[in-house]
Amino acid sequence: MFALSTRALTKVYKNGVQALRGVDLDVEQGDFFALLGPNGAGKTTLIGIITSLVNKSGGTASVFEHDIDRDLERAKSCIGVVPQELNFNQFESPLTIVINQAGFYGIARPEARRRAEQYLKQLQLWDKRYGAARGLSGGMKRRLMIARALMHEPRLLILDEPTAGVDIEVRRSMWEFLRDINARGTTIILTTHYLEEAEHLCRNIAIIDKGNIVERDHMANLLLRLHTETFVFNTRNAVRAAPTVAGFMLRRIDDYTLEADITKEQNLNELFALLTARGIEVLSMRNKVNRLEEIFMRLVENRGTHG
Amino acid sequence: MSVSMAAIRWIGFQTIVIREYGRIVRIWGQTLVPAIVTATLYFVIFGSLIGSRVGPMQGFDYKQFIAPGLIMMQIIQVSYANVVSSFFGAKFGKHVEELLVSPLPNWIIVAGYTAGGVLRGFMVGVVVTVVSLVFARLPVQHIGALLAAALLSSIVFSLAGFINAIFARNFDQVNWIPTFILTPLNYFGGVFYSVSMLPVWAQKVSLGNPILHMVNAFRYGFLGTSDVHVEFAFFLMLALAALLFGVAVMLLDRGVGTRD
Repeated sequence: MFALSTRALTKVYKNGVQALRGVDLDVEQGDFFALLGPNGAGKTTLIGIITSLVNKSGGTASVFEHDIDRDLERAKSCIGVVPQELNFNQFESPLTIVINQAGFYGIARPEARRRAEQYLKQLQLWDKRYGAARGLSGGMKRRLMIARALMHEPRLLILDEPTAGVDIEVRRSMWEFLRDINARGTTIILTTHYLEEAEHLCRNIAIIDKGNIVERDHMANLLLRLHTETFVFNTRNAVRAAPTVAGFMLRRIDDYTLEADITKEQNLNELFALLTARGIEVLSMRNKVNRLEEIFMRLVENRGTHG
Repeated sequence: MSVSMAAIRWIGFQTIVIREYGRIVRIWGQTLVPAIVTATLYFVIFGSLIGSRVGPMQGFDYKQFIAPGLIMMQIIQVSYANVVSSFFGAKFGKHVEELLVSPLPNWIIVAGYTAGGVLRGFMVGVVVTVVSLVFARLPVQHIGALLAAALLSSIVFSLAGFINAIFARNFDQVNWIPTFILTPLNYFGGVFYSVSMLPVWAQKVSLGNPILHMVNAFRYGFLGTSDVHVEFAFFLMLALAALLFGVAVMLLDRGVGTRD
């Protein structure tokens, strides 16, 4: 069963901007799915249509086989959404916000209180439950929106850039939490600008650009398509000039750092052996850029050139 | 655990009302106190200082005569103000999205906010009635008519406030209707005078003011006297409530002011 299925979904805003141009998209139940795209690509519009915050211009969408035109209430009861912008009452307390949200989904107060304690504790907000939400830090506000979205235990959780502006430590703990939620059966659709985040978390991916899905594949397949990766090598001894090594193009960054583009056909062991033969000992190595970012930039730039 | 749609609607409705009650109580200095101060000033200035020179009106002491109108005026104003400010505030702060993404149908959202307006209208109505009793003796002739008039008027103006909030794009537009329409209608609604004192043409024009019918139906509940046909007044209030409810739900369905 598909958690989400859209066909020929279009959206033209009143100002004439065509945000979606016939989007066909299927997300399997239980998936951790990344929806990527540059600013203005149509990600938030797509989420807005699914959650009924945006009126679609054409096409169909269904959530767990509940069509949003014919069975909107049931479709919406399956969805939890964490939007890009803060959208809770800043004057209310976190406890009030999450308990009220549960009520909007038909969860009675005693059960809502139990879940509020569970999720606010899991997201490290329990100690802050009584103060006005406006007093929370940026990361806490993001976590509060996640707790709120989980109160009715949705089958599909949609997160629109949930870690924007959040420090690395908090982001990592949110990743762990989301992995755990997904492992327990919740389908997750994630949009993010941190491509590393999508690469770490998601099994499937769609890239949207100018209102069209330009790529839809398993994350692993997509990354396999990457032909070249750039590696950075830290050396034990100083390197005065970029060494000439047959078959490899090496660049010297500083006295103790070299950089090389390695294709899929090339062997790193071979490179290490050649460097060792020249008296250069490699202490450590890392990818220069996020792999997904490279693919993403290529796809989007390609469309920019040809589109 | 699957929750039936009926349970979602009922608990959702209750939650909106509880949230509105929480808001009324949290900012009681804005939601309850001003009505008491205003009503007290009206009683002191119009009732005691000027009223003592006006003499009896329709056979009642002037303070007695204006008391039901003053209570009704506050009920109408706070019902309207509650919904327009709460719903517009939710739009402005974007937390209206909490409701819009939920499975609650739009008619439950409208009903919930309306119930919040009615709740504040009744809270203020009770308090202003207590203030009135300090200044005037208020017999209750028809308790059913009294409660029904208060309820229906509050519903009508809560719904009107909701529609205002749907269209409002900024705080100025939240204040336009209360300032330029509601206040004049209140003052020409027979709160301070009997329309029988007006020239015939003005009496006829006054009949087009729904607040005149509401105030008189309410006064009928207290004093047993009215300038208008009480049955027509109730019919008008019911018809307005049904019409405005339908309009409010239709606007939400279409996403006017709430969805892109």
